[in-house]
Amino acid sequence: MPNFFYEVHFYLFGLLAIASSIAFVTRKSPVSAALWLVSTMFCLAALYVMLEAHFIGVIQVLVYAGAIMVVFLFVVMLLNLGEASAIADTRGKWGRLAAGLLGLALLAQVMALTGKRLPEPFTPGGGYDSVAVRDQGAVGSVAQPLFNEYLLAFELTSILLLVAIVGAVVIGRRRQADAR
Amino acid sequence: MLAESLALSAVLFTIGAIGVLTRRNAIIIFMCVELMLNAVNLTFVALSKVYGMAGQVFVVFVMTVAAAEAAVGLAIIIAIFRHRQTVDLENINLLKG
Repeated sequence: MPNFFYEVHFYLFGLLAIASSIAFVTRKSPVSAALWLVSTMFCLAALYVMLEAHFIGVIQVLVYAGAIMVVFLFVVMLLNLGEASAIADTRGKWGRLAAGLLGLALLAQVMALTGKRLPEPFTPGGGYDSVAVRDQGAVGSVAQPLFNEYLLAFELTSILLLVAIVGAVVIGRRRQADAR
Repeated sequence: MLAESLALSAVLFTIGAIGVLTRRNAIIIFMCVELMLNAVNLTFVALSKVYGMAGQVFVVFVMTVAAAEAAVGLAIIIAIFRHRQTVDLENINLLKG
């Protein structure tokens, strides 16, 4: 599978994802930041498909780029925050210093971990390849563990979503006193 | 492609963390958190190719939690905006010591 065509596109989408995310954290306007984040998420969806996680790639586009980012843009519109604020939208000297130090520390960790082997006892096998995905189908291979080993966690997420719905409605609701 | 995916995920996580620390707009900070969650999802998917399908199941759970977090978080931001008419975190300092 890792042929030249594959690698070129893998690096292309990876670099596009990094470029879009850098553009995302540096935009002043919330709307253009959100659109750059959508671009990052599309690049990640392409990478998921190239890693043979087709179903995850599809729900990345549907759920993240489609639903969650629309909610963000909707709130930006609702609060009328589309304009970049007059003051510079970054924190002061200390925030930038802390962010720079954290970024250097995290990148130093990446460099230190480059070339390290993953610990052996960590490897139970059970990796998959394109043949397994082709036999079981892209959705079936995800659904199999989801509805067997992780059924309890899957049912608990429905409670989480219910709590989130009720919480969002209660917090976002206008009080009676405010309405008058 | 495992090493490249993990490195890309680390870089995206770093960019998201820097965004959380440097921005002041609460909505943009929320979007930076979403970027960090996406970076972790890429790690899950890349490692699921080696260790088995469970990684992709975890990605489904992470997306669910991210959706719930976005709904509640944005409701909180709307509630704060009604009180203070701003989403600038420098002005929201009621609990500051």
